[in-house]
Amino acid sequence: MKRRTLLATAALGLGLAFGGAAMAQDKTKACFVYVGPIGDGGWTYQHHQGALAVQEAFGDKVEIAFQENVPEGADAERVLTQMALSGCNIIFTTSFGYMDATNAVAAKFPDIKFEHATGYKREHPNVSTYNARFYEGRAVQGHIAGKMTKSNKIGYIASFPIPEVIMGINSYYLHAKKVNPAVELSIVWAFTWFDPAKEADAAKALIDQGVDVIASHTDSTAPLAEAAKTNGAVIGFGQASDMAEYKDGPRVSSIIDNWAPYYIKRVGALMDGTYAQADAWEGIAGGEVEIGEITALVPAEVKAEAEAMRDAIAAGTYHPFTGPINKQDGSPWLAEGVTAPDGDLLGMNFYVEGIVGEIPQ
Amino acid sequence: MLRLEKRPSPSVFWERASPFLAVALTMVAGGIMFWILGKNPFEAIRTIFWDPLFNDQFAAYSRPQLLVKAAPLILIAIGLSLGFRAGIWNIGAEGQYIMGAIFGAAAGLAVYPVESRLIFPVMILAGAFGGFLWAMIPALLKTVFRTNEILVSLLLVYVAQNILAMMALGALRNPEGGGFPGSRNLSQIPSMANPELIAGTGMHWGVVAAFMAVIAGYILLQRHILGFQIKLAGQAPRAARFAGVSPARLVVLCLGISGVLAGLAGVFEVTGPAGQISIDFNVGYGFTAIIVAFLGRLNPVGILFAGLLMALTYIGGELAQLMLGLPSAAIQAFQGMLLFFLLATDLLTNFRVRLAKREGA
Repeated sequence: MKRRTLLATAALGLGLAFGGAAMAQDKTKACFVYVGPIGDGGWTYQHHQGALAVQEAFGDKVEIAFQENVPEGADAERVLTQMALSGCNIIFTTSFGYMDATNAVAAKFPDIKFEHATGYKREHPNVSTYNARFYEGRAVQGHIAGKMTKSNKIGYIASFPIPEVIMGINSYYLHAKKVNPAVELSIVWAFTWFDPAKEADAAKALIDQGVDVIASHTDSTAPLAEAAKTNGAVIGFGQASDMAEYKDGPRVSSIIDNWAPYYIKRVGALMDGTYAQADAWEGIAGGEVEIGEITALVPAEVKAEAEAMRDAIAAGTYHPFTGPINKQDGSPWLAEGVTAPDGDLLGMNFYVEGIVGEIPQ
Repeated sequence: MLRLEKRPSPSVFWERASPFLAVALTMVAGGIMFWILGKNPFEAIRTIFWDPLFNDQFAAYSRPQLLVKAAPLILIAIGLSLGFRAGIWNIGAEGQYIMGAIFGAAAGLAVYPVESRLIFPVMILAGAFGGFLWAMIPALLKTVFRTNEILVSLLLVYVAQNILAMMALGALRNPEGGGFPGSRNLSQIPSMANPELIAGTGMHWGVVAAFMAVIAGYILLQRHILGFQIKLAGQAPRAARFAGVSPARLVVLCLGISGVLAGLAGVFEVTGPAGQISIDFNVGYGFTAIIVAFLGRLNPVGILFAGLLMALTYIGGELAQLMLGLPSAAIQAFQGMLLFFLLATDLLTNFRVRLAKREGA
């Protein structure tokens, strides 16, 4: 019995392997894989808003499907394959850890387009990558943090030591330091994208150290919830999403990931036949990074400066990484007036001069 | 009113039938939950239990995936069932699974990039040893110091998770991974990979090992003196002692065997479906296997089917999310119901439900 079940399974598996994947259909089906729950209020929430925007933009012509809480590992490959088999025409994989799974599944389904967020591997012609220049938003936050801190201690809840995150830390620190040379940055590594309990612990640890401005690179609202308990002593920023529910409390501004324009553009291109493989990296100028409303807690002049910086970045007249900038060990990175090449940023594995501590190895 | 009456001896009929009743009740209660969520309950139940096996679009892919998902569950549950029968409660298979993966991966990566046919077998042995070692801690503490193996084995899961994180960030981290935690992808290194043995069947060495464990477990319990001692120790500990069964030896053997099997499951997973050591490598197989062991009545053949059923709810649950837009939390609740109803219907094995007569009537 056991052996027969097994053999039957094997035979059927062989016979039907990946048959009948693509089905003729008049609707374009766009599918999304999320690492967290759509109600996380941050990263995944914003991607889902982008998905809903696609639905709204194209109405009946598109169908949206998504799966939340998909672990980055063995399960991701199965989920992606099932999506491909279910008739998805384009699949957006919205976390760095899906990189290998995305490329592996893309190899098996050459007719389906795969779009991987924040990754760098495009091993097949049907894999594109996209990201946003979040470091531009970090510059604006850093400026506000440097001006607002009273203890001269600012904090950062970091997720994983990848270039994406290190880039944000450096940008935040550089711009805080620029307006407040006495500023010190404390970094706590949470090693998670979404874990409200760990994020809250990290925020507590920073507050205990005397930090009074907290930025975070994790997905939940937990750090703001911790800051809110200090009765105004500690402020923070919305991350990934506006986190407007803390507007009357500690949230003084935010970085909003706005994926809608990109998703609409790509799905639209697929529908009208102009789709091509891409490596997209837009920022404030392209509308993908938005600076959430700066609240009244921030003095008007600081707000004006921050908004001027935002506008200069959007206009292309200011680059957040403009030399002279030295690396942490004092060796020169960018000479006077030189702006950072994208390649340096995408592979960033060092802190800039002045940051204390080491990147976890 | 209903009244419970203890049976003189456990009902053989209900021992066999209660899992089926539990599955049926889960379908009903789950259906009601899906209906409250605004989905068609019949469609949802069909998507979970039927589509992974027989849907034209998916079945060819998801059927073999059942084996992939079920293999570690079966392998671990077989080991656990031996101890559970003898009244030795290893709750920490998750930790032994993690240590198996770490030991196995470390053995292979230590000699990278050497290519040899010997590497994979050595990794498997190392994985089995890692699981064994981790299970020996509660075994020795119990036999020497009379500590409680439930607590020790469970708490060692959290120790193992921290070691896992340390390895993913440190010693085993991929030096070419751009700073992201996680080891090299073992499934892409030919001499370390545990690939599908026959393409499209999902059969990898771990599946083979799971089937072998089922057969070995069956023979052990039915034909071997150790199996008799295990059953005796569980049913009549005093009688077992009079019969010359050494409790200490049984503790070491049962925990040792379950540690080896959990370690094997870990190393087969890390070299195959998961591919790499990462911070969130473990997804709870060690805990789910406890459900599988009881759902399978601690019987090797029962465990085989229970493991496949559990895998079905995972894969069907994913399909239900994708096709019907059910939230992932609803699927988890659905799986939880299965254990809940199993525990509830188990009551029928030892008790009879009688209509009670009113007092004084």
